[in-house]
Amino acid sequence: MIKFLIKGLLRDRSRSLFPVLTVSSGVFLAVVLYSFMNGVIADMINSTARYQTGHVKVMTQAYAEESNQMPNDLALTGINEITQTLKDNYPDMIWTARIKFGGLLDIPDEKGETKDQGPVTGLAVDLFSPSSPEWDLLRIEKSIIRGRIPVERGEILIGDEFAGKLDIAPGDTATLISSTMFGSMAIYNFKIAGTVRFGISAMDRGAILADIADIQEALDMQDTAGELLGYFPDNIYNDEKAAEIAASFNRQFKDPDDRFSPIMRTLPVESGLSDYIAMIDSMGVIIVSIFIAAMSIVLWNSGLMGSLRRYGEIGVRLAVGENKTHIYKTLILESLFIGIFGSVIGTAAGTGVSYLMQIYGIDYGYLMKNSSMMISNVYRAKVSTGSFFIGFIPGIVSTVLGASIAGTGIYRRQTASLFKELEV
Amino acid sequence: MEKLAGQNKKKSFREPGTDSTYLIKTENLSKIYPIGLTTLTALDNINLAFVKGDFAGLVGPSGSGKTTLLNILGSLDSPTTGSAVVMGKKVETLTHREAAGLRNHHIGFIFQTFNLLPVYSVYENVEFPLLLQNFSSSGRKKLVMDALEWVGLADRAFSKPLQLSGGQSQRVAIARAIVKNPELVLADEPTANLDAENSRNIMDTMARLNENLKTTFIFATHDEKVMRYLKRIITLNDGRVAKDERAAGEGT
Ligand SMILES: Nc1ncnc2c1ncn2[C@@H]1O[C@H](COP(=O)(O)OP(=O)(O)O)[C@@H](O)[C@H]1O
Ligand SMILES: [Mg+2]
Repeated sequence: MIKFLIKGLLRDRSRSLFPVLTVSSGVFLAVVLYSFMNGVIADMINSTARYQTGHVKVMTQAYAEESNQMPNDLALTGINEITQTLKDNYPDMIWTARIKFGGLLDIPDEKGETKDQGPVTGLAVDLFSPSSPEWDLLRIEKSIIRGRIPVERGEILIGDEFAGKLDIAPGDTATLISSTMFGSMAIYNFKIAGTVRFGISAMDRGAILADIADIQEALDMQDTAGELLGYFPDNIYNDEKAAEIAASFNRQFKDPDDRFSPIMRTLPVESGLSDYIAMIDSMGVIIVSIFIAAMSIVLWNSGLMGSLRRYGEIGVRLAVGENKTHIYKTLILESLFIGIFGSVIGTAAGTGVSYLMQIYGIDYGYLMKNSSMMISNVYRAKVSTGSFFIGFIPGIVSTVLGASIAGTGIYRRQTASLFKELEV
Repeated sequence: MEKLAGQNKKKSFREPGTDSTYLIKTENLSKIYPIGLTTLTALDNINLAFVKGDFAGLVGPSGSGKTTLLNILGSLDSPTTGSAVVMGKKVETLTHREAAGLRNHHIGFIFQTFNLLPVYSVYENVEFPLLLQNFSSSGRKKLVMDALEWVGLADRAFSKPLQLSGGQSQRVAIARAIVKNPELVLADEPTANLDAENSRNIMDTMARLNENLKTTFIFATHDEKVMRYLKRIITLNDGRVAKDERAAGEGT
């Protein structure tokens, strides 16, 4: 009997091919959508963590209150000792000090006269100590476009687009004009080692990357840094653990009465991305619910049309002596085959395409010319375990659900009126 | 032919208190359809009995209730009032499952529009009723080929229904109806879509089955060519039995 049904299923394309196509395209869309959103959010978190917040960040409380203004006069002093304490207390984490700064970048001509000048933001990181984690964290080598990596103090990297705007090339000199931690004027000469692509429009258009020792010297910030960032060793943000570390640190070191005592904040608190992070969790649920609801309706309707078309067949089967329950069961069994088959195809295609989007990404930088959002210019999908289930299970559930609802038509109609469909 | 007759051993499942003289007996059977706020009486107080071996026809104009009565006798529908006892079973009291069992083991249907399943071969169409019973595949094969032999289509076993003429299709439908060797075959306007020659051909086939296997046939028809074959003609008019006559040469 099952063999008989499968034969019919395979031979009747409107019963097999079209439902399988419907299911697999729905599953495909769900998988791609999920992986895509997953990737975009993971990317957003990643680049936020990489350039801005770390997974956790230590600052003075005063700096934290105004952190978007790069208030280096409120920076954290005694940074070496604090770093050591953090390394001792949380040995699994990667700790690194950074300074964010702003100012003007002045480009001199051969005679030393100003050729061009523009506002600049900068990120100072540890480039030259042997154990520096920054090369990996910022993927500096990979993002070089022209020139080379800095090899000695006094060398900086500059956003490639920014370099084009200022008409400077690797090997040229640039002068940073800024103010020291204590408010006096600071002037410091750098050599451009190379240009980079940060992957963030705002930075590509106006940022430089310098060595922290140079900037500490330039801004008079010995043993001082604006921020101390902590990263999980696998570079994947773990909210629970981060919150735990922050709480224990703050219990130990934060003094509510001292504005210059340190405070640790987690990535979502510091970035305002907490909504997005919560979204990752609810996203799966939302996609699945919408998908099941929509697909069930589609499949229910195609099931209805299918059974309408099949009233002739069902009438014959009733006449031959098959009972309604048996027919109903076979309809559901058929839908199970279709659901599994369609879901396998849809999931395979969906994860395949998502995987390609994970490797190659979609560059939308040209859409963001004037944005100052600190997110990556490349959309990348991210295939995770969820990608394999997000479409697969709903694909099967909705196919079977659709068939179960449509199939009740057999019961709602009188046997004789199902049978009437046999008359012309 | 003897081959087919050989497996005609079905256990009796007659309900106590029903009359075993008759294969079918109706008592004051009526079928009333609600039409909006009023009703339509499709069958009105039908009292009929059929015995094993009957070759009978329900005749009458369109709308006289032939199909409705045939469906009730085939346990596809039940009477509004009154009773229909078919092979010892009261149709009006059967569950879906029991009615399906009755049809599967004891009743074959033939339709005006043949109603073969288009995606299956001739062989598979005829085999289908047997799949619902517990036959071995070699047992099924023998029965299917015997039935196709009977209707003269053994050589077309692996054709698809769409490759057959109307006459051939109806012969496949007859094979499907008789493959399980039922006591009763119900045929609703079986010749309405066929030309004269094919009509004669299939009526010959069914008359032969009736003669050799004592299979009971009840037709619904208004085709003169069919009536010539009938041993008994029951005329319906407006849901009532107007006449019930035996053909010349038939007893009673
Ligand atoms: N399901 C139904 N609902 C309402 N009226 C019906 C239904 N089936 C049949 N009828 C009516 O019952 C009468 C008898 O129909 P039918 O048995 O099909 O006649 P025949 O087969 O003799 O042409 C007709 O008037 C028909 O319209
Ligand atoms: Mg009719």
